[in-house]
Amino acid sequence: MRQIKIIAIKEFKDYFISPIAYIVISLFLIVTGWFFFSTFFIYGRADLRDFFSLLPITFSFIIPAITMRLFSEEKNVGSYETLLTMPVSFTDIALGKFFAATLFTASMLIPTIAYPVFISFIGEIDPGPVIGGYIGAIFLAAAYCSMGLFASSLTRNQIIAFIIGCALCFILTILDKLLFFIPEKIISVIEFISASSHFSNISRGVIDSRDILYFISVVVIFIFSTYIVMHEKN
Amino acid sequence: MIEFQNLTKYFKDFCAVDNISMTIRKGEILGLLGPNGAGKTTTLRMLTGYFRPDSGTIKIEDFQMPRDIIKIKSLIGYLPESAPLYHNMLVYDYLEYIAKIKGLHDKEARHDRFLQLSDLCGLSSIMAQPIADLSKGLKQRVGLAHAMMTDPEILILDEPTSGLDPNQIAEIRNIIKTIGKEKTIIFSTHILSEAEATCDRIAIINKGRMVADDTTASLKLSAKQSSLIKLSLKGTLLDDAKALLENIDPAIKVKNIGDVKNIETSEKDIVSFEISSADDEDFRSDIYLKIKETDWIIIELAKESQALEKIFQELTREVRDETN
Repeated sequence: MRQIKIIAIKEFKDYFISPIAYIVISLFLIVTGWFFFSTFFIYGRADLRDFFSLLPITFSFIIPAITMRLFSEEKNVGSYETLLTMPVSFTDIALGKFFAATLFTASMLIPTIAYPVFISFIGEIDPGPVIGGYIGAIFLAAAYCSMGLFASSLTRNQIIAFIIGCALCFILTILDKLLFFIPEKIISVIEFISASSHFSNISRGVIDSRDILYFISVVVIFIFSTYIVMHEKN
Repeated sequence: MIEFQNLTKYFKDFCAVDNISMTIRKGEILGLLGPNGAGKTTTLRMLTGYFRPDSGTIKIEDFQMPRDIIKIKSLIGYLPESAPLYHNMLVYDYLEYIAKIKGLHDKEARHDRFLQLSDLCGLSSIMAQPIADLSKGLKQRVGLAHAMMTDPEILILDEPTSGLDPNQIAEIRNIIKTIGKEKTIIFSTHILSEAEATCDRIAIINKGRMVADDTTASLKLSAKQSSLIKLSLKGTLLDDAKALLENIDPAIKVKNIGDVKNIETSEKDIVSFEISSADDEDFRSDIYLKIKETDWIIIELAKESQALEKIFQELTREVRDETN
């Protein structure tokens, strides 16, 4: 547990040492801010529904950019060897890196708290969906981080890791928009696999154990896959 | 104590390490020699738990790989080839991270250890610098400090002196010798003189196979002692001197006096020769007596021992022939 914490803190600090963190955070805030506020006054609704409904798509491009370096960079520089020959297990490494990325994504969301604060000045805002939305966003971020982590463990090339990560996140995001093409019998299964349908439940303020279980399962599956990749590649 | 039996490692169809066994006792300094691509790094990586062997067992102290891998890793200090570090970190931050992960949780103990290590490895002036800005030699020293962080019983160093300047090589050698008095050290190199100067024991690997494993002294003795005599003369012509030297052979009735080769005139009136012979006999006195008859001046007459080079070449070539 201690090792996980040490690795997570180191990785989290690493984001802020390099310019990546600042670029990614700025990009995220510009994109979400622009899309959210460009229609906000047209609809005239005092809620964050549009902001949260955009999150799965923005996350599926932003999070792979955050996670792509986690393993690829270490493998490329060779420090992966240094890391693996220290008294840490594969699980410590995978979890440490996963928590760092999730924590970073969570800290990326902090500036967006200004949105509900701002909205509360101009209209009556219902805090339930907002709080639910942020909790959902963290679960969504964790799931996408685990996929990005897995993508990064596959290759030493950060660009490839980014593309694989994007593909995985994007598929999980748009799956529920593709139900039209899917045979009726398996629609409910596909809908269950889709991340955005679970996220939209939570972001409406409905915290259902099924949705939470879904995100936890995605995290567990992909961290375990990362573990297997690490094990097989060594 | 490190003990490994029948270690084998394949990369797809290529056999990098082929059935290597060895026991290294506590307090030994072992030099792992071999040409490039011989399997030195792969062997060391298996010992440190970075690679999993395809077959074979590794036992370190009382621990068995892979069952006790975390315990084994905490016993070993490892410096990988060309010291891969985290380039975006400062030296101090890096060492602090390593210390924490290696279990030095007490802040004061950590601080004391940093002081000792920065003395030993000469890091005090670079503690606040980013690792990316350091020269190769300095990175190597940071890597060495990393490896020695917890004062481990076993140190494994992969080509610790490669790419360093002669002063830095001497420094690293001194460090190895100093700590080697109490610790077990394995280091790989392809520089023979380095192994000769620092190791108690030498193992030579070629094409993944162990071709020699003995103490440095007996390895040198076991070589067919071929002597290489270096001779420089003044006041003679090249052809005269060559003819005279070649005449020594029938005069003293020795076979295989070796050929006179590598003739170079470094200065106008000094001619130098390298006289090699496959025999054990030392021809220096014969050469001296012969030259005494003339009015030439001997500038240099010296025997150079090339035992280790010879062994290395023989062993690594033999195997190459076999496989061909």
